[in-house]
Amino acid sequence: MSIPNLSPNLSRFLLRLGAGTSLALLALPALANSPAAQPHKADIGWMMVSTLLVLLMTVPGLALFYGGLVRSKNMLSILTQVLATLCMVALIWVFYGYSLTFTGGSFSSVIGGFDKAFLRGVDLAANVPTFSNGVVIPEMLYMAFQMTFACITPALIVGAIAERARFSALLIFIALWVTLVYFPLAHMVWYWQGPDAIAAAAKAVAIAGDEAARKLALEKLDAVKADAGLLFQWGALDFAGGTVVHINAGIAGLVGAVMIGKRIGYGRDLLAPHSLTMTMIGAALLWVGWFGFNAGSNLEANTTAVLAMVNTFVATAAAGFSWLIVEWVAKGKPSLLGLVSGVVAGLVAVTPASGFAGPMGSIILGLVSGGACFFACTTLKNALGYDDSLDVFGIHCVGGILGAIATGILVNPALGGTGIPDYESKPGELVAAAYEFGPAVLAQIKAVAFTLVYSGVVSAILYKVVDLVVGLRVPQDHERQGLDIVAHGERAYMP
Amino acid sequence: MKLVTAIIKPFKLDEVRDALTALGVHGMTVTEVQGYGRQKGHTEIYRGAEYAVSFLPKIKIEAVLEASLVAPVVEAITMAARTGQIGDGKIFVLPVEQALRIRTGETDADAL
Repeated sequence: MSIPNLSPNLSRFLLRLGAGTSLALLALPALANSPAAQPHKADIGWMMVSTLLVLLMTVPGLALFYGGLVRSKNMLSILTQVLATLCMVALIWVFYGYSLTFTGGSFSSVIGGFDKAFLRGVDLAANVPTFSNGVVIPEMLYMAFQMTFACITPALIVGAIAERARFSALLIFIALWVTLVYFPLAHMVWYWQGPDAIAAAAKAVAIAGDEAARKLALEKLDAVKADAGLLFQWGALDFAGGTVVHINAGIAGLVGAVMIGKRIGYGRDLLAPHSLTMTMIGAALLWVGWFGFNAGSNLEANTTAVLAMVNTFVATAAAGFSWLIVEWVAKGKPSLLGLVSGVVAGLVAVTPASGFAGPMGSIILGLVSGGACFFACTTLKNALGYDDSLDVFGIHCVGGILGAIATGILVNPALGGTGIPDYESKPGELVAAAYEFGPAVLAQIKAVAFTLVYSGVVSAILYKVVDLVVGLRVPQDHERQGLDIVAHGERAYMP
Repeated sequence: MKLVTAIIKPFKLDEVRDALTALGVHGMTVTEVQGYGRQKGHTEIYRGAEYAVSFLPKIKIEAVLEASLVAPVVEAITMAARTGQIGDGKIFVLPVEQALRIRTGETDADAL
């Protein structure tokens, strides 16, 4: 075959490529000629792997998870919608998304600017802080890691309006949505100047000679702390995206499901999943990829990343088991779809808590989220009567809310948590601030409420605009025939 | 000549085929069908959605036989396909006017 013939050429090419890259990297410190912190190779390795793992979550993970849940006539439409979202948002991200999300400027509490549009200045010499003092990673890597988050979040919405959304409308909606909802929210939750900036400003306060110098230094410290997102300044904790990713996409999905209307035959015809085998494969890939999502969100390969990894194991296992048992008792049979749904609910719930809670706290969170999301996807959904095709709200929003609020509780060192990070009282060292239940939980509730209202309202406006311009929903006969043939001109399975 | 149509549970097909072959039935046509009788359907639950599935998968066997074979064949199918549970299926016997083997032009009994 041709593969053995090709591979020596390929490996020579890769060797050359590798040699070229390492030479370039070696040259950089000499050029920069500064004592500033340099990235560690272990951190670079871990973050490159994490970035790929989050990509794996979207394709094929999420695509197959969702694809298996629709009817066979709509299988390709789901795969296409998820993959097209990924491709489109990746480009938007490098064009202006990264810049809007992760730069400061005049409106730095709500949104960044265009300073880094088209990746201006994001070259191989640029580094960004992590969560440890004196540790940096390449900015280009951070940009790529965050790109995968920007790509998967809108792809989650696809599930809520599945089997009836017009493809062009979906693309237009998502381009607008990431710009006006995802980038601002990610900015508000995750943008800050980093531990070293705070440590330097706090040190300046400590060594200030006289009252005037001290006042000046304090003002500077306040300015450093104020150059951060609004929710970050509230003290809201979100390790890997409970608010930014899951509540955000979940509420946007619910609003979309309500505005686009129920599928034809909802509640009357059999709208059963066409391949739970695909759904199982997708969910398993999501779980594996989620280690990049959660443990990668630590931005460096240290013990907190290990904690996030363990939490992502045990909370997920607890939630899967919890849904299984609750369903077994309530509906009489322990279903695979129930188990798989519980696993995803657990992954969602532990996301904001993954680097803050201890493993036993995470297990409690998992157990509760499995039962709560089961209730949301069955009783609550049936009572309210909305057709969220693939339960984006019931799993991502409900699990996200639970996880976000629980993060404020489980971060408590007395419950095995890491404590709320404090970079100020011992500048240059990360310590845990004294835990107070009230303020910690209140900050989380405020962040949840803000996300629900902001994302809900802006998403509703965007759906309306897109509906007026191109029409959100396909015509009835197209929906009956299936989107694969009508929208994409192809079929998933040959008869 | 008679047409024997039997609707049976899918997993009983092999036993029925063996029983008919033993009786000297040389050929049959098998179709995957869906339907329901007294068994009604069953309920499937996907997360919150409960669906009453009324049409269940069944196998339809059709064989055209000489009239003399009908009684033993019907009995053999009954014995092989019976589980005693609801949903075992039904057998219908209809008259056949004519049969013809396309390749040779043989007719009626010779064509079976």
